[in-house]
Amino acid sequence: MTSQTLELKRSSAQSGPNPGVRQADTVAKLIDTSTCIGCKACEVACQEWNDLAPEFTTQAGTYQTLPDMEPQFWNLIRFNELKPEPSPMGLMRPLWLMRKDQCMHCADPGCLEACPAPGAIVQYANGIVDFQQDQCIGCGYCITGCPFNVPKFSAKTKKVYKCTLCVDRVTQGLEPACIKACPTGCLQFGSKSQMLDIANKRVKQLKDNGYEHAMVYDPQGVGGTGVVTVLAHGDKLADYTLPENPTVPMAVTLWKSPLKWVGNLGIVGGLLIAAIHYLKFGPKDHVDKDLKGDIK
Amino acid sequence: MIERYSLKERIIHWAAAATYLYLLATGLAFYSPHFYWLAQVLGGGPTSRFWHPIMGLVFVTTVVLMWLDWHRQMVLNKDDDAWQKNIKYYVTNQDDKVPPAGKFNAGQKQFFWIMLFSGLVLLLSGSVLWWTDSLAWGLRWLRYTSILLHVIAFLFTVGAIIVHVYMGLFMVPRGLHGMTAGQVPRDWAAEHHPLWLAQVEAPSKAPLP
Repeated sequence: MTSQTLELKRSSAQSGPNPGVRQADTVAKLIDTSTCIGCKACEVACQEWNDLAPEFTTQAGTYQTLPDMEPQFWNLIRFNELKPEPSPMGLMRPLWLMRKDQCMHCADPGCLEACPAPGAIVQYANGIVDFQQDQCIGCGYCITGCPFNVPKFSAKTKKVYKCTLCVDRVTQGLEPACIKACPTGCLQFGSKSQMLDIANKRVKQLKDNGYEHAMVYDPQGVGGTGVVTVLAHGDKLADYTLPENPTVPMAVTLWKSPLKWVGNLGIVGGLLIAAIHYLKFGPKDHVDKDLKGDIK
Repeated sequence: MIERYSLKERIIHWAAAATYLYLLATGLAFYSPHFYWLAQVLGGGPTSRFWHPIMGLVFVTTVVLMWLDWHRQMVLNKDDDAWQKNIKYYVTNQDDKVPPAGKFNAGQKQFFWIMLFSGLVLLLSGSVLWWTDSLAWGLRWLRYTSILLHVIAFLFTVGAIIVHVYMGLFMVPRGLHGMTAGQVPRDWAAEHHPLWLAQVEAPSKAPLP
């Protein structure tokens, strides 16, 4: 979903960010899991706006629409029912966690770093990370690069898909479709700093109300994310299916820098040595010399 | 003239060579954006991504077929130890000081084993990369090891191939003829593979290579 009004900050298979003259505000989505009611309006809005075909659901004894995101399903509320434990008011309550899951729009995107196809993954100046399917070669390296298990490969088109943060709406000054649909205001959209302000206030409120582990999830291992998540139970990251300290996998970083340089030096060095060897020693033609070439 | 490689051996060798070159070109395209043009020349990124693993299967198959034909002749023996200790004379073209070699010298044998083992590593890691999307999230460490192993094994083969192609095309005149026409002149065999020549000419007397 390219728009000429969007400037690129970074592009796959290109070293370093573009030298930008204009500065754009980084946009972010706020997800306050403590006010999410699990209505799935965001899921529907996402399917509608992005014109995604419905997927067959899998009944797994849970409210969750699908076990995981799909090439045609980019926005999934993850439900997780935990054993009852005392609430801040002292009542035994089952803990029912709900978290809207989608692309996190990392500031340092592992997918973009891993992608070998020039321009197939881009990061706009406003921080949105987007896949350009017309450039995608379907190698799946982005799946390896992503620490959140977000990109989904379509066996049909052999391309990879994920949430675009409704970049087409955002460029027109609209909020993403999921935000528009949220009935409780648990989803909000704006600049990253605004969203962090709201999130921090909300966490303070939660802490004052006895949720001592409440936290803002904005992991710095990937430079922060374009999705700011308020978690009432910050001690239960795994139950929210969130990684503790996500980073671009070390294998990807190793492969894309030191290993590549060792390899480049090896290849160029090998060719140079062969060339110099030829010039210095030449071919093994002494048989012909010794035998005066009489037995050719 | 003496027969060096049978028609079957030559077919397998050139099938391996052709598939390797395709894999090298498309692999380089995925390896670095500076080589991405290779994928475009070969039909575009998605096409290259589609054929690369399939060609990989063909390549590994040819290498395994070579192994079936040659694994006995490729075992490194005492003659090879002596050859290897004097490799500097071979490299500097002082061949009169190089100990005699059998059908394959120690360098050729090592090249074969590097290609075989790297080929198997490339096949295993490549299978993971081929089916990346169907691997469970809990097994993602397999992806991480595979992308590293695939590159490392690839670099081993490139190093070996540079030497192999250089030797075959430039450094050992008339050696290539053995792999194209299947035959080599007797004096060439006497010079480069005397133990093999002795065995070919008197199979009962000569020791096994």
